Amino acid sequence: MDANIKRSIILDNYEDKTNRMDIEDTSYIKHNSRNVSCIDNINLYIKINNNTIEDLKFNGEACVISTSTTAIMCKLLKGKTIKEAIDIIKNYDSMIEEKEYNQELLKEANVFDDIYKQPSRKKCATLTWHGLLEELNKYE
Amino acid sequence: MNREDFPMLKKEIVYFDNGATTLKPDAVKNAIIDYYENYSANAHRGDYKISMIVDEKYEKTRSKIKEFINAKEDSEIVFTSGTTDSINLIVNSYFRQHLKKDDEVLITYSEHASNILPWFVLQQEIGIKVNYIKLDESYEVTLDNVKKAITNNTKVISLAHITNVVGDVRPIKQIAKLAHENNILLVVDAAQSIAHTKVDVTDMDIDFLAFSAHKIYGPTGIGVMYAKFSLLDKMKPRNYGGGMNAIFTKDGYIELREVPTRFEAGTPNIEGVIGLSAAIDYVNNIGIDKINKYEQDLKKYLLEELSKLDFIEVYNKNAKGSSVAFNIKNIFAQDTAVYLDKYNICIRAGNHCAKILNEAIRVNNTCRIVISFYNTKEEIDLLINVLKNSKNIWNEIL
Repeated sequence: MDANIKRSIILDNYEDKTNRMDIEDTSYIKHNSRNVSCIDNINLYIKINNNTIEDLKFNGEACVISTSTTAIMCKLLKGKTIKEAIDIIKNYDSMIEEKEYNQELLKEANVFDDIYKQPSRKKCATLTWHGLLEELNKYE
Repeated sequence: MNREDFPMLKKEIVYFDNGATTLKPDAVKNAIIDYYENYSANAHRGDYKISMIVDEKYEKTRSKIKEFINAKEDSEIVFTSGTTDSINLIVNSYFRQHLKKDDEVLITYSEHASNILPWFVLQQEIGIKVNYIKLDESYEVTLDNVKKAITNNTKVISLAHITNVVGDVRPIKQIAKLAHENNILLVVDAAQSIAHTKVDVTDMDIDFLAFSAHKIYGPTGIGVMYAKFSLLDKMKPRNYGGGMNAIFTKDGYIELREVPTRFEAGTPNIEGVIGLSAAIDYVNNIGIDKINKYEQDLKKYLLEELSKLDFIEVYNKNAKGSSVAFNIKNIFAQDTAVYLDKYNICIRAGNHCAKILNEAIRVNNTCRIVISFYNTKEEIDLLINVLKNSKNIWNEIL
């Protein structure tokens, strides 16, 4: 993918407020993802029904990479079954770690396929994905 | 000034993260190499010449530190692994024994974690109370607010001399006077001040002091705890073993060595002490007052230049230390740091270990510059230029 296109997808999602809000509704699971070594701090709000992610929202204070990838994740995984979501997260992880992965599953999240070039930002790119995985694993 | 003494400055970096650690001059490195190449032996053990040299250098450093902070006795200087270690030693080896349930310690929201968490643990374990001195609108400590926070149960005030986020300089001498009038002991965290301004424990009448060598151009892993002799003598060693005992017998009898040796069990960080010694010589050769003047002038220049940029917010314009906390408006601090790093400009982004201050000022993360004497106007001009072009930040970092 062209670097300019990637950049504009990252920035569009960084600015996108669709899924960016705090949720008071207690039917959502609240998960705090915090990167102690840097300073990202994001709350995920996860609503699960019938083994499906019915809704996924987030809010917090974080860098451009963390924020953008979380926005993409919310869009991508909303409506997916827990099993499907875990599979996508594992593929995303493989991409970040430069292993084989299914590009088609990741849609816009493919924009982070060269984040390995900035090792210090890998954690930013995976912080909330790992937070969500932790919650989903409780259902498996 | 003195840039030629710092090999790291030949690497085309602009190093502004002096609050985290300082770069090391050749003199420090050479002193450590000299130890390993020419008299590498243990301390306090020797019956042979090179070991005697170690002993002499080790104890001379104590004496040098005593003079540097104007303590009364060499024996008031204890070597630790750094500020965190020193404060933990003060809290656990003195206050744990001398405070009781409901006694109060006064700190502030802007202390470093190292001067908060050890007190929290005493709060949990022996029931002391941790109370906060209110900060004024510039997040500074006023004598008046210290007075208001003191109660009949206040037994200790524990403050940074200069804080690591705001960079405000506390009126330590006046606080000490007020504390002592009320039978309160004063602990001072000098981590952020020791390299920038004169710290005089006698003039300021400080009871306990902590600092790290690596923030004053020395090596990592070595620091100093100062305590007035009468207090030090009442402290309980935290480590028992070699070097700190005078006699022990099979029935469990132990007689400890004198102060301060009883607090330095085991083989000490000899290379650290020797490196610290060289660092103190280095700073003394320039002169701490000259350093202070240079850094203050340069900080003033930095603030003037930053104030010309309307997209920059500075959070501590009034602070008297050598630090500047800022953000590019609407840009997350870490993104700014990554952007500046593209130009080899090293700054710190984060909460700077002052998490409860951030709750109070509602700015979680800032970019922080702490000026050192090796920084220059040219470096600041470069920073300002890069900031001026920061509308390109996303093209640069994504």
